[in-house]
Amino acid sequence: MPDVQTLVNDFVLKLKRRKIEGSQASAKQTAELLRSVVSHQRLPYINQATVLLDAVRAVGEQLIAANPVELAVGNIVRRILHIIREEDLTSTASAMEGLSLSANSDDDDNFEREDHPALSAAAVAAAARSTLRAPSLQTLLEGIPESASAPHPSSSGGDSEGKTAERSSRSKKLKHDVIEAINELIQDIETCHEQISEQAVGLIHQNEVILTLGRSRTVKEFLCAANEKKRSFRVFIAEGAPRYLGHVLAKELVAKGLQTTVITDSAVFAMISRVNMVIVGAHAIMANGGVIAPVGINMVALAAQRHAVPFVVVAGSHKLCPLYPHNPEVLLNDFKSPSDLLDFGEFSDCMDFSTSGGSPRLHVVNPAFDFIPSKLVSLFITDTGGHSPSYIYRLIADYYSADDFVVQRRPAS
Amino acid sequence: MDLRRLPRTVIDPKVRQVGFFTSGDPPSARFNSNPADTTAATAATSATAAAISSSSPNSDINLAGNSLSPVMIPPLRRMSPRRCDDMQMPIGSYNPSESVLGTSPSRRGINGPDFSEVATSAWLGISGSMKAAASFPGSSGEMMMAGKNGGNALVKNMDSTALAVKTLPGVTEKDGGTLTDMKNDGAGTVRHQKQTTTRAERRAIQEAQRASKAAAMMDEKDGGTLTDIKNEGAGTVRHQKQTTTKAERRAIQEAQRASKAVAMMDGKGGKSIASTGGGAPSISNQEKVLKQSQKKDGPQDTGAASEKKVSRNPDKDRKKDIPQPRMQFDDKNRVEKAKRRAVVNQFEARNRVELFRHLPQYEHGPQLPYLESKFFHLDHIHPSVYKVGLQYLSGTITGGNARCQEMLLAFREAIIDYSTPPEKVLVRDLTSKIGSYVSFLIECRPLSVSMGNAIRFLKNRVAKLHRNLSESEAKSRLISDVDRFINEKIIVADQIIVQHAVTKIRDGDVLLIYGYSTVVEMILLHAHEQGKQFRVVVVDSRPKLEGKILLRKLVMKGLSCTYTHINAISYVMHEVKCVVLGASAILSNGTVFSRVGTACIAMVAHAFRVPVLICCEAYKFHERVQLDSICSNELGNPDVISNVPGKEDVNHLANWADHKNLQLLNLFYDATPSDYVSMIVTEHGMVPPTSVPVIVREYGKDQFIF
Repeated sequence: MPDVQTLVNDFVLKLKRRKIEGSQASAKQTAELLRSVVSHQRLPYINQATVLLDAVRAVGEQLIAANPVELAVGNIVRRILHIIREEDLTSTASAMEGLSLSANSDDDDNFEREDHPALSAAAVAAAARSTLRAPSLQTLLEGIPESASAPHPSSSGGDSEGKTAERSSRSKKLKHDVIEAINELIQDIETCHEQISEQAVGLIHQNEVILTLGRSRTVKEFLCAANEKKRSFRVFIAEGAPRYLGHVLAKELVAKGLQTTVITDSAVFAMISRVNMVIVGAHAIMANGGVIAPVGINMVALAAQRHAVPFVVVAGSHKLCPLYPHNPEVLLNDFKSPSDLLDFGEFSDCMDFSTSGGSPRLHVVNPAFDFIPSKLVSLFITDTGGHSPSYIYRLIADYYSADDFVVQRRPAS
Repeated sequence: MDLRRLPRTVIDPKVRQVGFFTSGDPPSARFNSNPADTTAATAATSATAAAISSSSPNSDINLAGNSLSPVMIPPLRRMSPRRCDDMQMPIGSYNPSESVLGTSPSRRGINGPDFSEVATSAWLGISGSMKAAASFPGSSGEMMMAGKNGGNALVKNMDSTALAVKTLPGVTEKDGGTLTDMKNDGAGTVRHQKQTTTRAERRAIQEAQRASKAAAMMDEKDGGTLTDIKNEGAGTVRHQKQTTTKAERRAIQEAQRASKAVAMMDGKGGKSIASTGGGAPSISNQEKVLKQSQKKDGPQDTGAASEKKVSRNPDKDRKKDIPQPRMQFDDKNRVEKAKRRAVVNQFEARNRVELFRHLPQYEHGPQLPYLESKFFHLDHIHPSVYKVGLQYLSGTITGGNARCQEMLLAFREAIIDYSTPPEKVLVRDLTSKIGSYVSFLIECRPLSVSMGNAIRFLKNRVAKLHRNLSESEAKSRLISDVDRFINEKIIVADQIIVQHAVTKIRDGDVLLIYGYSTVVEMILLHAHEQGKQFRVVVVDSRPKLEGKILLRKLVMKGLSCTYTHINAISYVMHEVKCVVLGASAILSNGTVFSRVGTACIAMVAHAFRVPVLICCEAYKFHERVQLDSICSNELGNPDVISNVPGKEDVNHLANWADHKNLQLLNLFYDATPSDYVSMIVTEHGMVPPTSVPVIVREYGKDQFIF
């Protein structure tokens, strides 16, 4: 346990100091950390899922609090919570299959329900339905009773002693399954670029002119993938002040042999009329289809809308955030150091603190992110394919269980 | 029959004009619906001299006699007294302004052509009916003498071409000339005879015109007629001589017409549409005719000859001043030609941006030391102009106002040091000199619209100089003109703009400004001095970071500021109440041409429903139109994009030029669509962007005719 705790503390510190750059890195590291948390968690015979959930939630809470703006961390915590639930459910289901349909006792599920007074039966039913069987015409036709009865082992009878041995094997199996699933998740996060860039050829045509701002690894892979397929097109890169990651992207693309033009951020509007498509990366995709992206992209999105240029956001599914944004420009934003804009002491000579009553007359604003409302986005390209902004809520329902949307509240209550 | 048709033909344009004019109710013009009154008032706005007394009654008679009674002639804005004073140039012998000027009556010879030119240029906003009305005073002279004949002739003239408006300048030319004769000839009978002959000629001309429908012919003929009239002093003997020469000349004209018919038609079309191109082709023909007549008539008084030149030059200049097609740098031949002429040897930049091949993309910097060393070996460029040019090149002088002002001051220096070389004429030599200076400045950096307008003004002032002015007098006039331009168009204009814009700043406002605009700075400081409590968000962008300079000035003055870069615009726009921006130029479709990024700011402001104020002096307005930022723009040094000052770790593009696939684009300007602009603040008031063409039309001519 202590070694896990040090790992957690290290990671929290890194997050707090913003040492981890990029949502992919933080997502991956979060998943790895939680994997070790899960593997080190000692499980009792009963209540395994609940214990696991609580452990993960406790760590996740710390992580989210460490950097609430890095939404990928929270996303991964929720994903893992969801994985645990799912594994638990499948094991339960398999156990039920293994027993008999009439055996209706299930401790885990039962305890879980007691543990979660807020959880409605309908939610469980929905979750179970979505995980256990795909919606088919048959289930629709056969009606609710059957579909409801299958995942509804409601009342708990007395447990027979004969099940203990089986349950211990099940407990190991649960942990094993969860770790397997987390490994899969990490795999997914690592390979999301390939899956996204596979779709590049289908979206970029010959002689296309593409504009992007700043640097996103996803965008880079996307463009390079299209280039490797012998598509020739031109790329305008807005440099993305004050970090100038556009320069890095330009260098990388030129090395791959792409026709690249670097422009200043202010020239975006001037150039957008000659651009066929805008492709940008995202920091996070919110549940309403809005996007949190590096600063400046809202300007690009508005310009693209003005000139009816498709605005495409490429992002791995770990960036899908189940939260609905409220005042995201302020609440989900990060403010960087003013030294990006003004050198230290550059204006100290003309600041007169004696007159202004102590409050500085000069503020420097250096936000890190922009929020792009969903109406400005034409298309999302995730590793599961292209989606329109209005479909994002459904993707989120696939990846997260509704109980985990709010991670923090549980310990407080 | 003809008389009946007359009102219709004349009225039609007038009726069309009503809508045209009600938009701007001139404060000074209080003409009623009586056309006679209008014309009389037109003529009599400053009528004092005897020259007028002959013409203004005529006009009354003419209009009354023709029973030309369109119910409404809209008030004539152009004829407000101030404007008449402004037009300090010969406008037809019957025009009062001449008497105001007190110039010698010997100049009358040129009045015809001059008038037509003024009519086309200054009155172009006013449509044909105004010209028709203006032509009446002249024609009425005949009518008084010859009864209805003249009227018929006029009517025929009016009807003869479908393009009545086009021919009208010709008519006025002719009539002006006739009138001149009338006034100066002694004996009434002789005059009458002569007039009938000229009328006969004219009718013949009209017949021919009607047959051919070539609008251009009219002017040519008139030119001929006019020349005749000019050359003759008084008496019938001379008149005889002229008829012979006239015949010859007409033959010449026929030949010319045959050869140049197509070109002339084009020119005509341009004349009727382009506001500045008035009568250029016809004048060039006239010029030839003049040369012919000079050859034939032999000795002529030099005064008249010089007058002709004076009258001709402005037209040439105006022809040049038509927004000439900019040098397109994808045209290899022309680039080669220009290079051979160039003083500044620019090197083509490597890795040029394909989309901007039509714009000059040169290496920046390497030629500067060489040019600086050349400073003491200048042959034809004035040192002050050279200095300003190098300052443009190196980027020490930027900003529309500053560049224009410095250029004018340099020209002022050059004018002070100017002395006419022997055997040359000041007007012509100085014009060509200024032209060479300008082309040097263009080599250093493409002209801004403000500079273009200032050059246009200066050239016009040079061209309008009187021939009989002494050199020192001419120079002092030009210098005072330059001073006045700087004062009126820039300094005073800025003050008025500040006064207008300050009214829009209230306590508690948060204003967003972008880059460094001098007018905006003045507005903010003025509002601060008035004790208004407001906050300023200074938005800046790479690579120039002009906002820092402004930020420093504002913070020094004690304004509370927020500084950010253009990418964060969506974040700061939430709190902003009003966006105040400067402009490099405002084009007549309302497009605001300004430093790159302005369009982004305006767009985001529009998206957040924040009003956008553009502060711009009216001399930066231009009749050109533009839809995008690509067709006409300026490219800066691409190297400044690759290296970020103060950030050594950002050096990813250090050797960018080695990669042939990589281009860096440093745009200077962009075009903001007019729908993002809430209001444009000029010295003429606060107007919506849709009113830009109105200002260009109504006030644009001021720049040439003070």
